[in-house]
Amino acid sequence: MIIKNKELTDEMFLPAKSRNSTEQISRPANTYWQDVWRRFRKNKAAFTGLILITLILLLAIFGPYANHYGYDEQNLSRANLPPKIPILERFPWIGFNGVDINGVDKYEESKVTGYYWFGTDNLGRDLWTRIWKGTRISLYIAFLAATIDLIIGVAYGGISAYYGGRIDNMMQRIIEVLVGIPHLIVVILLILVLQPGIISITLAMVITGWVGMARIVRGQVLKLKEHEYILASKTLGAKNTRMIWKHLIPNSMGPIIITTMFTIPTAIFTEAFLSFIGLGLQPPIASLGTLINDGYKLLRIYPHMLAFSAIIISLIMISFNLVGDGLRDALDPKMRK
Amino acid sequence: MLVTFWVIATFTFFLMQTLPGSPFNDERLSESQKERLYERYGMDEPVPLQYITYMKNIFKGDFGVSFQYDGRSVSNIIGERIGASAVLGTQSLIVGTILGIILGIIAALRHNTSIDYGAMVISVIGISVPNFVFAGLLQYWVGVRLQWLPVAFWEGFEYSILPTISLSVFVIATIARFMRTEMLDVLGQDYIVTARAKGLNGFSIIIKHSLRNAAIPIVTILGPMTVSLLTGTLVIEKIFSVPGLGEQFVKSIMTNDFPVIMGVTLFYSILFIGIVLIVDILYGIIDPRIRLSGGVK
Repeated sequence: MIIKNKELTDEMFLPAKSRNSTEQISRPANTYWQDVWRRFRKNKAAFTGLILITLILLLAIFGPYANHYGYDEQNLSRANLPPKIPILERFPWIGFNGVDINGVDKYEESKVTGYYWFGTDNLGRDLWTRIWKGTRISLYIAFLAATIDLIIGVAYGGISAYYGGRIDNMMQRIIEVLVGIPHLIVVILLILVLQPGIISITLAMVITGWVGMARIVRGQVLKLKEHEYILASKTLGAKNTRMIWKHLIPNSMGPIIITTMFTIPTAIFTEAFLSFIGLGLQPPIASLGTLINDGYKLLRIYPHMLAFSAIIISLIMISFNLVGDGLRDALDPKMRK
Repeated sequence: MLVTFWVIATFTFFLMQTLPGSPFNDERLSESQKERLYERYGMDEPVPLQYITYMKNIFKGDFGVSFQYDGRSVSNIIGERIGASAVLGTQSLIVGTILGIILGIIAALRHNTSIDYGAMVISVIGISVPNFVFAGLLQYWVGVRLQWLPVAFWEGFEYSILPTISLSVFVIATIARFMRTEMLDVLGQDYIVTARAKGLNGFSIIIKHSLRNAAIPIVTILGPMTVSLLTGTLVIEKIFSVPGLGEQFVKSIMTNDFPVIMGVTLFYSILFIGIVLIVDILYGIIDPRIRLSGGVK
C-alpha cells in the first residue's frame, strides 16, 4: 500500500493480525460428556434403544390411567377377551379385532361393549392396565436394585482400592467367597425366607449383586491411583474424602454407568424368573414376571395373555442392552471394535 | 474353594432354620405325632448339634431325607433327576457352542457388511430375550400351531429338541459375540498375514491359525455359561415338563421340602465351584503363556 500524503495515522500502528489464526480454537471445546452424547447419538441402534426406553417408561407411568379399568378390577362376565383396538379392528390380520384364535368374536359372544386394548385375563381384569402397572413395578425393582448395587459397590470397591494394604486384602477375600456362590441360589433361598415382596426381591438381588460393581470400581481406582494428577493433588494436601469424591469417582464414572446399564436388564430378568418359579409377587399386584407366568397357564387357548407381556419384557431387555453397548462405545472409544 | 463351599453350606443351613412354616403343619397330626416326626428327622435336637450332624453328613455325601417323598434320600432323588438335566444341558452347550462359533466367524470374516450386522442383531436379541419368552414362542408355534414337535414330557430324542433350542439361544448369542470380537482381533495379527503370505488357502488359515487362537478366551466364559444354563434348566424344564433336577427344585420350593432344597442348592454350588476350578486349570493347559507368567488366579 502506498502512503500518499506521508501522513501517519494511528491505524497504521495497530498490531498486525496473527497469521496463524486458522489454528486458533474459535469455539469452546466440547466437554467429555458432550463428546459422549455426540458419539452415542451417532449409534443408531443405541439411540433407538434410548427412545424405546423413554417410550416404555412414559407408558409405564401414564399407561394405567389411559382407560378407566382398574388393575385389580375383576369381572367374570368379561373374562378371556382377546385384544380389540378402535381403529385397528378394521384390519383383521393385525389381530386387534376381538376375535380369538378359533375365529369367534368373543366380544359379541359375551355381549361386551367397549374396548380392551390388550384384552382381559381369566378373571376379567384389563390387561392393558395390568401390564403397564406390572412394567412399572418391574422397572421400579430393577432401578432400586441397580441404585443400591451402585452405592454399595462404589463404596466397597472405592474403599478397598483406595486404602489398599491389609484392608484391601481382607475385603477382597470376602468378595472372592461371594463370587464363588451361585448368585441365583442365594436369591432363591433368601426369597424363601423373606417371603416374596417388592422389598425382599430387591434385597435378595442386591445381596450378591453389588460384587460385580465393587470389582469394577476397585480395578478402576487402582488404575487411577497411579496417575500424576492424584500425586499432585496429594502434594497439595487434598484430604481422602476430597480425593475420592472429586478425582477418583468422577473419573471412574464411565465403567460405573455401563455396569449399571447392564444391571437393570439382569434385575428385570431375575424378577421375572423368580415369578416364574413361583417366588414372585403375590396377586393382585402384578409384575411382568407374574403376568408372563399367568399367561403361560392359558397359552394354548388365549395366546394374547402371554404375548404382550412377553413382547414388552423383551423390548425392555433389548433396549437396555443396546443402550449399554452404545454407552460402552461412546464412553470409551478405544474399546470399540 | 472349600471356604466358599463351607459358607454356602452354613448359609443354607441357617436360612432353612429360620424359614417360616414347618413341613408338618398338618392339622390332622396330633402333638405326639408331630413330636415323633420331629424326632425321626432329627429336628428335636438343639440347633448346634443339628448343624454338626448336617455338616458331617454332607461330607459323606448324604443330604438327608426328603419330607415329601416318604423315606427317600435326597441323594437318591438328585441321582434320579440329574439324567434329563445333564442331557439337556450338554446338548444345549454343544449345539450352542458350535452354532455360536460358526456365527461369530462368519460375522468376523464379513466384518462391517450386512451379514455381520445381521449376526449381531441376532446375538443382541438372543442375549436379551428371556429364555422363557423364547420357549413360549417355540412351544406355541412349533408345538401347538404347527404340531411338528411334542411340547412336553421326556420320552425320546424328539422331546428334547425344543427345550434344547430354547436353552441354547443364549449360548449361541453369547459365544457368537465373543467369537466375533476375538476373531477380529486375531485376524489382524502378524502371523495371519504371514500365513497368507506363505500362500495357505483361506480355509486352513481360518481353521488352523485363527480359530485355535480365538477360541482360547471362550473357555473363560464357560463358567458364567454354566450358571445361565442352570438357571435356564429351572425354567425350561418347568415349561416343557422335563423330569429333570430343575423341575424337581421348583416343585420342592412350592412344597417346602427343605432337605431337597438344601441338597439341590449344595449340589448346584458344588457343580458351579467345580466348573470354575476346571476352567482355571483348562485355561492354564490351553494357553501356556498364562501358566508361565504365574497368572493362574
